[in-house]
Amino acid sequence: MPSSKRQPVPGTTIFDGGQAAKGYQLNKMCYSFNDPENRKAFLADQGAYFDKYELTAEQRAALASGSVLKMIEAGGNAYYLAKLAGILGLGVQDIGAQQTGMSVEAFKQKLLDAGRQ
Amino acid sequence: MARIIGGFFTSHVPAIGNAIAKKQQNEPYWKPFFDAFPPVREWIGREKPDVVVFFYNDHGLNFFLDKMPTFAVGAASDYVSKDEGWGIPTTASFEGDPKLSWHIINGIVADGFDPVMCQEMAVDHAITNPMLLMYPDSNWPVRIVPIAINSIQHPLPGPKRCYDLGRAVGRAIESYGENVKVLVLGSGGLSHQLDGERAGFINKDFDRECMDAIAGDVSALNKYSALDVVEKAGAQGVELMCWIAARAAMQGQVKELRRSYHIPISNTASAVMLLSNGPVEAAKAA
Repeated sequence: MPSSKRQPVPGTTIFDGGQAAKGYQLNKMCYSFNDPENRKAFLADQGAYFDKYELTAEQRAALASGSVLKMIEAGGNAYYLAKLAGILGLGVQDIGAQQTGMSVEAFKQKLLDAGRQ
Repeated sequence: MARIIGGFFTSHVPAIGNAIAKKQQNEPYWKPFFDAFPPVREWIGREKPDVVVFFYNDHGLNFFLDKMPTFAVGAASDYVSKDEGWGIPTTASFEGDPKLSWHIINGIVADGFDPVMCQEMAVDHAITNPMLLMYPDSNWPVRIVPIAINSIQHPLPGPKRCYDLGRAVGRAIESYGENVKVLVLGSGGLSHQLDGERAGFINKDFDRECMDAIAGDVSALNKYSALDVVEKAGAQGVELMCWIAARAAMQGQVKELRRSYHIPISNTASAVMLLSNGPVEAAKAA
């Protein structure tokens, strides 16, 4: 089996069975945001919404911190978290900048530079 | 008999849908990407496929982690474009081709695959954006068969498995008794990563290697594992599997007609390829 032998990919959390189990409630909440009524309910009362989805203490703390890296550590998956980011008005470049500790402008520049190399 | 006339491969970044909705195709940021499509549309307009068989990945619209299929084949009479939660416009629904879907399912199960079979499927930007790029007026002149490949929850199927899936789908299509012209479509990629400290990762060398393999011998990518692809193409660059499967379905004489590669679109190295596929019998005789 390859997974036990290979070196981890730097700066990357593999969303495997362990992460999927750990993050189930958080991702389930984010999946609910496909429905506009649910987005509204979340914005109206976030605490009640967290209760409804039975988020863990770690997941609540990660959400309160606003740190995407912490949300990933708490089992969040990029594709589902993207729906939460959308509600909060954050694009993938905002999220990329936050995770890499760069300004949004510097992160965008990094992508442009990748095209020029 | 049915025939695969070609393969179309394109990035499907959500921002493409927003750029189309806002008519930004000629803005400097977008022009290098959108310039790839007029020749593609010209070819498609001339060749007039009847059905598009899509190899794509769902992004948390139709499938959740409660039941996550490795491979799923749509067998619906229509597919609805639904709200994904963050504002990309929905499109008109897509007509399915259940008879061809079931033929493909029967063929690939006989060939050793165990797909989930779906008579209802909502489809996301991985289907709507390539369709809008081919048919900007959203007046879809084709039926579709969506084949979803898990790119969310590891363990993911790797290049070799997706190659074999594509071969099996290709054999099934070429054995279909109806006189239909099929375009296979690989949706997604190329290198990109949205999550983690490595967000923004792009790998031009690997993308070039992949595009060369798509144009030539796609089995050259079978040496990589799914985790190798995460490392080389980024966490979401695993959408490459959709390209591999679509290319592997083409078993005639393949000719590269178009290739375009541009960095960045959003966080992604965008790529577009168009290949024609000659008759399988002629390829065997050659």
